[in-house]
Formats: sequence, structure tokens, C-alpha cells
Amino acid sequence: MNPPALFSRRDFLAATAAAAAATATRARGAAAAAPAAGLVDTHVYLGRWPFRRAPLDEPAALVAKLRAHGVTAAWAASLDALLHKDIAGLNARLAEECARHGAGLLVPVAALNPSLLGWERELRRCASEHRMRAVRLHPNYHRYTLADPLAARVLGLAAELGLLVQIPLLMEDERTIHPLVNVPPVNAAPLADLLKKIPALRVQLLNAHRTLRGAPLLSLAAQGVHFDLSNLEGVEGVTHLLSQLPVQRLCFGSYAPVFYFEAAMLKLKESVLDDATLAAVRSANAHRLLARA
Amino acid sequence: MTIWDLHCHLSGIAGATPEARLGNLLAIADRMGIERLCVYMGMTWAHDPSPEKMRQENDDVLRAIAKFPDRAFGFVYLNPKHTAASLAELERCVAQGPMVGVKLWVAQRCSAAELDPIIRRAAELKAVIFQHTFYKLTGNLPGESTPEDFVALASRHPTVPLICGHTGADWERGIQAIRHVGTAHADLAGCDPVAGYAEMAVRELGAGRVIFGSDAPGRSFSSQLAKVHGAAIPDSAKRLILSENLKRLLLPILTAKGIRV
Repeated sequence: MNPPALFSRRDFLAATAAAAAATATRARGAAAAAPAAGLVDTHVYLGRWPFRRAPLDEPAALVAKLRAHGVTAAWAASLDALLHKDIAGLNARLAEECARHGAGLLVPVAALNPSLLGWERELRRCASEHRMRAVRLHPNYHRYTLADPLAARVLGLAAELGLLVQIPLLMEDERTIHPLVNVPPVNAAPLADLLKKIPALRVQLLNAHRTLRGAPLLSLAAQGVHFDLSNLEGVEGVTHLLSQLPVQRLCFGSYAPVFYFEAAMLKLKESVLDDATLAAVRSANAHRLLARA
Repeated sequence: MTIWDLHCHLSGIAGATPEARLGNLLAIADRMGIERLCVYMGMTWAHDPSPEKMRQENDDVLRAIAKFPDRAFGFVYLNPKHTAASLAELERCVAQGPMVGVKLWVAQRCSAAELDPIIRRAAELKAVIFQHTFYKLTGNLPGESTPEDFVALASRHPTVPLICGHTGADWERGIQAIRHVGTAHADLAGCDPVAGYAEMAVRELGAGRVIFGSDAPGRSFSSQLAKVHGAAIPDSAKRLILSENLKRLLLPILTAKGIRV
């Protein structure tokens, strides 16, 4: 068994560029036939994953991929938010990058690290100056839990400002995470009490399906919590999830560029979904969720 | 592009019988454009199966593939701790039966010498050999192999093609571990669709040593296919990964058994 020889670097790069262009052309054709309701990706990032380069971690490349697949809006937060301390700087940069790339495609989502002084002022600035309508929190990277009084203050202020709160429960499979940044998943259970105490609070949990399933997930959904499908696994995963979860609670989300965008897209094909369900998951739920925030 | 899936199971999908489960899995595979599935292990799994349990799991697979001979290939599930029983299963299911590959999981680390007679006999039969591997920060099972164990095994059998299941899951390390072993193939299945996986595998191993697998039904076909469909690699590389490499590995045993594809 002699496998084919390795590509030379030049051949590889040339072929890669050609393949990407061809893929974009084909996908543009597919996008033209996409439902008029559009496709809202509630879960993308700009910036770089700290531990590897992703092929689409430049905004222009990500925007091209999203456009090629018919995405009409993408809620973009900053990966820099995980470890950077200058949150004001990265929020300003995020707002500028979203404005510069995509001609309105990218919807900036605020970063916030409430373990740093001045977080309240920064969140207010995101709402008033940057006109951001959502904030994405990473409690596990910023060393607080949703049971901490600090979390109640953060979520309370977000609700007061009319911001949707997105919380990824994890960023990586805990089995293969970098050993120096062994971050546990966020425990979502305290959200139940927070939602009771803060009636105006709107929450979407991202990357939730590895660690939150069954009754705890459904209970939060009954309180209005929304989810994305980025790390939903198992064959016909959307069908199985929606056999329990009200369809109004599920939004399209890809976790690009950390995950291949196509994973989320193909999930809508793997499950047999009627037009109403597809429209809800692709965009209607997201539009409603952000409009309420 | 033609798609053959190296890595499927009968656990985790609806169906009262093995054949019903495979039928349900194939119906989903049809929607995803997957032509053939390699199936191993039974309706319920054991990490360290007794000889009886091993036979029962393999019986499940035999029943399932008998119903869909044109769509599915069976791999025999073996436990190297029970070397004699494993060799007997290899004879029953591959030499005398319709199966075309071997699945080795987590009963015993694959660097152990107990695997040697199994690998030798499987190679004589031209069976495709698949060894699960994982690097778990949370701790591997006692008998769970790492890609280093896999390399140790491959080094003792330098002419036998072997497939490194999951490529260690921590795939950047797994790819580097097997890079210098020309007979080692990377299985893309069973971990998150992290962007860059297929690109690195093709860059470091060559597209001829990378094979698509899903680990369905526990994993979605979607997340695993995305690793190839979404990768910034040439279409020629995608064709190799999605079916041609697996066909090349299977061709000797299919030919020996008179199976046309």
C-alpha cells in the first residue's frame, strides 16, 4: 500500500485557493436558492483561537464563507475576550471590524469580563456607544460562576440595558483541552433562579448540548432560555432535540470559525424538518430573540 | 463525490433488531449522500468483552450486514486479552464469514504483545485493521490506547496498513505521532468538527493517509462530513478521504472474497 505522495506546499496552496474559490462559487448558487427568510448565525467569533489558527480566522475569510452559504446576519463576538484584559479595546475593535467587513452582515456582540474593574461602565458603553444588542459571557474563563452574586449583577445590568445574554457553556471538549487552560464547563443550573429574579433577562446558551441535556435543559427552556445547535451531536440531532424542546427555543449557530461552518448547515439536512421548523431555526427565532432584547 | 464511512455502530439509534438499526442508519446516510458504511460492535457495548460477549456483538453485526450486503461492511470486534477467542472470531467472521475488517477498542492497550497474533492473522486475511486511540486530558481508560501505543504496534508490523481511530482525538498531537509511520492512516471520526483538522492531516500525512469516518450514530454524520466538505483542501484530496483511500484498503479483501463494488 503506497499512498499518494504529499502535495508540495506550492501545489497545496494553489489547489486550496482554487478549491475555496470553486466552493464559494457553488455555494453562492445555492445561496441564491435559499429561503427568503434568510439565515441568522447566532454564534460566530472574530479573532483568533488562542491555541491554533483556524482557516477562517480573518474577518474577510469568515464573511466570505458565511455569505457563500446564504447567511444574512451573524452575531459575532471576540475570541480575544477569553484571555485579554483590555476589554474596552477589544470591544471597540470588534465594532470597527463588524462595520468594516460584511456590509452589515456581522452583528457585534459585546465582550465583558466582570472580574475586571469598570465592567459596568464598559457594558453601558457597549450598549450606548457601540449600539451592541447582546453580550457574550464566558464565566468559566473569567473565573466566576452563575451562582456568584457577581453574575446576578452582570445579568441584571444586561437586562436593564436590554441586552441579550449569550453564554457558551464550553469552548472545547474537556477531554482534549489544552492542559494549561483546563477550563471546566459553565454550570447553567443557577440560571433558573436568576431568571426568576430578573424577569427581563433574555438568555441564549451556546455550545450547550454536551453538558446540558434532558430535564435541566427543558426546564431552562420553559423559562425562556434559547439554545443554538453548534455542538448538538448524534444522527438526526435536530429532530431528536425538537422532539422535546419547543422549536421556538432553537436557533442556528455554527461556532465558526472554531468549528467548520458546514457542520451546522448540514444538521439542517440530516434531520427531516418541515418548512415552518426550518424557518424558525434558520432565522425567525433569532430575529424574535434579538428584537426582544 | 462518492462517500464511504469507515466508522459506524449499531448503538445509539432506534430499532429493536440489528438489521432495523442499520436500516434506520442507512436511511439517514442516504440523505447525507453516504453510499457505504463500515459497522462494528453490537447493540450494547462492553469495554472489555468476554469471549461470549464478543461473539454476541459480532452476531449483531452479522445479522445487520446480511440484510444490507450492498450497503454495509462488517468489522469483527476483538478483545486481545482473549487471544485465542479473538483468533477464533477472526476465523468465524472474516475467514469463514462476510466481514472485511477488525475493530480493536479499549480492552487492552495496543502496544501489548497480545495483539501480534491477531494482527498477523488479520494481515494474512487482508482484513482492514482499525485501532481506537485517544489522548484524554481527563484520563484514558486502563486499556485505552494512545497514538504512541498505535505507533508501537505499527512498528512491529511495518508492512501492515493500520488505521489510527480518532487520530487520538487531540488530533494535532495524533497527527504528529503517526506522521513518520507510512502505513498509518488517520481516521477523522468522532471528535468535534474543529476547523483545521483535515487541512493539517492532509498537509502532514498526505491526502492518501486520511480516511473519513463518522462514529455515527453517536456523532452526527453532519459534524463529521463537515471536516471534509468544509476543509480548504483540493477536491482531489476530498475524493481520497471520502472514499478512495478506504476502497484502496478494502480492495484486497473484497477481491479475495469476490465482492464487487
